[in-house]
Amino acid sequence: MTAVDGPATLPTDRRADEPLISARGISKSFGGHQVLHDVSLDVRRGEAVCLLGRSGSGKSTFLRCLNLLERAERGIVMLDGDLLGHHVRRGRVHRLPARREAVQRQQLGMVFQQFNLFAHKTVLENVIEAPVKVAGRSRREARADAVGLLERVGLAEKVGAYPGQLSGGQQQRVAIARALAMKPKVLLFDEPTSALDPEMVNEVLQVIRDLVVGGMTTIIVTHEVGFAREVCDRFVFLQDGRIVEEGPASRLNEGAEHAATRDFLSKVL
Amino acid sequence: MADPGRDAATSDTSGPTTSAAPAASGGADAWDRHLAELAAIPHARRLHLLRALLAVVLLAAGTRLVWSVVENPAFEWSTVRSYFFSDPVLTGLENTITLTALSMGLALVVSVLIANMRLSDNPVLRATAGVYVWFFRSVPLLVLLILWFNISLIYPTFSIPLPGGGWSWETKDLMTAYWSAVLAFGLQQAAYTSEIIRASLLAVPSGQREAALALGMPPGQIFRRIVFPQAMKIAVPPVSNDLINLLKATALVAFISVPDLLYSVQQIYNRTFEVVPLLMVATLWYMILVSILSLGQFYLERWLGRSAGARVSLRARAARSTT
Repeated sequence: MTAVDGPATLPTDRRADEPLISARGISKSFGGHQVLHDVSLDVRRGEAVCLLGRSGSGKSTFLRCLNLLERAERGIVMLDGDLLGHHVRRGRVHRLPARREAVQRQQLGMVFQQFNLFAHKTVLENVIEAPVKVAGRSRREARADAVGLLERVGLAEKVGAYPGQLSGGQQQRVAIARALAMKPKVLLFDEPTSALDPEMVNEVLQVIRDLVVGGMTTIIVTHEVGFAREVCDRFVFLQDGRIVEEGPASRLNEGAEHAATRDFLSKVL
Repeated sequence: MADPGRDAATSDTSGPTTSAAPAASGGADAWDRHLAELAAIPHARRLHLLRALLAVVLLAAGTRLVWSVVENPAFEWSTVRSYFFSDPVLTGLENTITLTALSMGLALVVSVLIANMRLSDNPVLRATAGVYVWFFRSVPLLVLLILWFNISLIYPTFSIPLPGGGWSWETKDLMTAYWSAVLAFGLQQAAYTSEIIRASLLAVPSGQREAALALGMPPGQIFRRIVFPQAMKIAVPPVSNDLINLLKATALVAFISVPDLLYSVQQIYNRTFEVVPLLMVATLWYMILVSILSLGQFYLERWLGRSAGARVSLRARAARSTT
């Protein structure tokens, strides 16, 4: 579906290599403090991009602006031809009603630092909740899908467990399965391993690695620079709400150009 | 790591050794043997003598107290027995139960609505709900009850005007004593309960809502399927308190002559002067009702807490580590 009507129509001959997701001029303030200044980013289909930066640099806020968990004051996000959260009418950008926003959000999956599994639902119920209640798939189909996804993240035997009975690493893998169950076009990771005990980081990174290798479009906010360098195609470095450097992830080895990036890397590597 | 205990024991050759420490001449092997022997001694069970004594004393005192009630002729237990299942008492009991159930039902519906309005982004809804809570918490329940009962004096007719007619009723036909009681209790209870519901909704971690949003759930569904069920778990103990309070507060309907449990026994003892036994009849029924409600609360909490596996296992782990 497209959220655009009126004069601002989209060119119909969009090229296949056009970015899947494009953000332009995203600005956001919290109570007078501007955390994002005019941030723009393109991510192509199948690409894995990591957002790096110190805490407070705005990387998580930017990620949350992409799926409308935060409302940017200025700027737009386009996902596969849809203008997210807005429609254009009579020369002005209007906010979409919550219901239509919700429909758009189904196209973006998100994995949180704190997992945020539904505490009152079992693992299986967590995974099939949105496919059944939001996407309207049949329970049987959603269940079969869910079991497949849980097998992929290595948790098929935990279908009946409640989140509180799982380790952090297991919860995060269920959260990834839950996001995948909606068959999103892009998966956003907000520091997926920052709340984990060290011995559980790898099991989660392995699942993310498999997804990236499998061609999933991903945007990953992370402090795991080693992982970012190995798995991601591209890095974006933010400082004080601005992109100060971006480039191929291989450059994270030694070739970072900007002094701020080099300084950051020297501290986390 | 240094082992100060061992150093002390092995170096202290001149002084007298305690009975637990071996002579240092045996060296490391002797020390290890000694530790093994110590480790093999079974742990004594702690005797809780004071606890046992306290239990005995309280049990004795309690028995004496209960016996003083049972054998006391002033309670006239045979009279209690003869009225316990009498028709007026059972009718009163039924009225108390239905009045409580209807009032609480109304209160729950209104309180969820008010709580949501107070948490809304919309300042008009927030203010409206704020005024509601302020008003119904500040007017005394008895005044509210009598006002509702006499509403026909203030507003003699109730009408829904529509273009081309509409409807109109005499207020006194609509507002019987029973229904004015339901309104008074329900609406005031809603003001109190809405604060519990609001606090419970706020206590659900914001990540739950965000996760549901990110999955593309529309707002109504997020409330119904994610936030509200988790808030309920938090709200059950305080709302149960409210319900039990309300059960007994319904006795105020005596002022507008609705024959509830208490008013029914009052009518009997006004005639027969058997005040104490009839108050016992009402009290025993209230105690039975509250016991049933408490039992229901226990099972409801257990059922809602079925997902709290982590907390149980943490507690189990803590218990294991201390033994």
